[in-house]
Amino acid sequence: MDLPTTGQVPRVNTDRIEEMGVEAPTKQRPLLQVTGVNKTFGSVHVLHDVDFAVYPGSVTSLIGDNGAGKSTLVKTIAGIHPRDSGTISFNGEPVDIQSPKDTADLGIEVVYQDLALCENLDIVQNLFLGREKLHRGLLDEQAMEQAARDTLASLSVRTVKSVRQLVSSLSGGQRQTVAIAKAVLWNSKVVLLDEPTAALGVAQTKQVLDLVRRLAEQGLGVVLISHNMNDVLEVSDRVSAMYLGRVVADVPVTPATTREFLVELITSGQSGDVGTARASAAEGVESPQGGTDV
Amino acid sequence: MSDQALTDFALDNETMDFRAVVRSSFARLRSGDLGSLPAMLAIAALVAIFGSVNPSSFLSTINLANFLEQSSSVIVIAMAVSFTLLLGEIDLAAGFTAGVSAAVLATRLQEWPLLPSILMAALVAVALGTFTGFMVAKVGIPSFVVTLANVLLFQGVLLLLVREGGSVRIENEIIKDLVGGNMSPTVSWIFAGLALGLFTFSLLRQQRASHGAIPLSLVAFKVAAATLGAAVVTIVLNQNRAFPNAPAPIQGTPAVIPVVMVLLVGLNFVLNRTRYGRHLYAVGGNAEAARRAGINVERIRLSAFTICGLFAGVGGAFLASRVNSVDPNTGANDTLLLAVGAAVIGGTSLFGGQGRMLNAVLGGFVLALIPNGLTLVGKQTLPLIGEIDFGSSGTKFICAGVALLVASSVDALSRKRAR
Repeated sequence: MDLPTTGQVPRVNTDRIEEMGVEAPTKQRPLLQVTGVNKTFGSVHVLHDVDFAVYPGSVTSLIGDNGAGKSTLVKTIAGIHPRDSGTISFNGEPVDIQSPKDTADLGIEVVYQDLALCENLDIVQNLFLGREKLHRGLLDEQAMEQAARDTLASLSVRTVKSVRQLVSSLSGGQRQTVAIAKAVLWNSKVVLLDEPTAALGVAQTKQVLDLVRRLAEQGLGVVLISHNMNDVLEVSDRVSAMYLGRVVADVPVTPATTREFLVELITSGQSGDVGTARASAAEGVESPQGGTDV
Repeated sequence: MSDQALTDFALDNETMDFRAVVRSSFARLRSGDLGSLPAMLAIAALVAIFGSVNPSSFLSTINLANFLEQSSSVIVIAMAVSFTLLLGEIDLAAGFTAGVSAAVLATRLQEWPLLPSILMAALVAVALGTFTGFMVAKVGIPSFVVTLANVLLFQGVLLLLVREGGSVRIENEIIKDLVGGNMSPTVSWIFAGLALGLFTFSLLRQQRASHGAIPLSLVAFKVAAATLGAAVVTIVLNQNRAFPNAPAPIQGTPAVIPVVMVLLVGLNFVLNRTRYGRHLYAVGGNAEAARRAGINVERIRLSAFTICGLFAGVGGAFLASRVNSVDPNTGANDTLLLAVGAAVIGGTSLFGGQGRMLNAVLGGFVLALIPNGLTLVGKQTLPLIGEIDFGSSGTKFICAGVALLVASSVDALSRKRAR
């Protein structure tokens, strides 16, 4: 990644910062709200008083360098890592998330980097895996096939020949699409996408980003974790930047938001008036743990 | 089919005629998805070779019945082992599970009536399979290692049950007739009709669900071919195949055929129409994905070994019935290797997630045809090489080994090409 570490970083226009505002301008109530979450692995403090909010119908990008704590935050929300302190509210109500099942029951779905698909099964079989529709105790293939087709059509996925295609015959973008559709099929309200475009080519990335946008248009709260600032700028409504285990900025994305602004946020924890001072961000952190960013 | 038709679920809405179906099957073959084709070609080739060398014996009625009976036990144990192969696991001790279960059946039959004896044998087979499943799924030992230990363990149990050098005779007529008994000609015809009816019914059901992707003409073609095949086989098997001057005629379809067919249809049903079957394939394809989808992977693993044990036990009854006795060699020697070989020759993958019950049947036919045909070819004098006894055990082993190697090469090469 070409991060400007030294030399001239383009100055950010202060007018624009005022216009963006550091406080969240959204009057909408957040669908998912994380407040003051802390997480340590042994002596390593990975998440510091993290506040993070997801709004319905909008895409919130979570950005940060390797080891900033993005994946740990997602896994904490998903119930894979228990948190040390802090609260998670869903629809304004505090919720007790202890396991991945709790999140799934709330309607929060996580689409992981390594796609959780079975290549030997077809699209329908994968979409309904573990939640097969039954008719008199037997698999109801017709109903599942129709529901799969409807879901894909509602997401404007029109690139698959047949919903009976094996996943092994799909391209990377199509697989990612199926993985995301799997999350949507269950009327989930919040979808967290961990680096969905990391392994994709240009055309396939566009396919997936279009899909991300459509999820938000359907009223879901979407969280996109990405290293690619161009992707982030293209689809996000808001950006939360993490730096050494803290959320240093939570800003709306406007046409004036630049790539350089975001890169500066994730590499130094601040940009212009936005962000936390370097000293306070680094305090109490032994080292950025690359190993925790899995 | 235009390029534009390749998106937007085009194939789901496409109605195909007979020629389109044939064309798309060829396209699938070219893409490396060979399915059971190699096994079917092998069966055709073996029948052609043996049939031309020794038509009077190989193509005789008695040999057809004999061959079907010979292949039955391998087929049933191959079906059992397929459940573990679908998970990418293996049960090397399935042969001895069959042996132990058969020994329990034989010894119990000496004191108990039929039904409790069968239940006891089944219970033992289930217990052995569950034990293996527990060691693999809960304790976490690789199945190769667990079942390698079980080979010794179960062989020891078998030796203790039937005593070294001893054998336990089976007197029960029903068990004796399982492999070796025949249905009367009338019952054979009724059976053929029932089987055809079921076949037609299931094809029509698929056709209705396919929304035009399967043309009625294809169904008609398949039903016609099956009817012809069933009629020819039934007519042939209904001929008296006893030697001249025999006290009673031997005729009718061997009783083992409906039994194997019920197992085939039943297990196929479990794999394709139930949630359990779907989860079995999912765990075999990607255990992590299955776990994330909420499937209890450990339970699926354990149960697959339990099922494998139960049907290995059924295979044991077949082995015992064939020779009307159980000895320390029942289920030993090459039984397990032939069963795994049959599944693989039929097209079941050793890496999990791929395979059908029909593969076990087709592969079992191939591996039973080889010794059957070679015995009848017997001693032949070949140019340059001289006299070779094709009926010897050495030649049979070599030919079976070559068949297995060819089958797995075809599989590996077609996969390579598909990639």
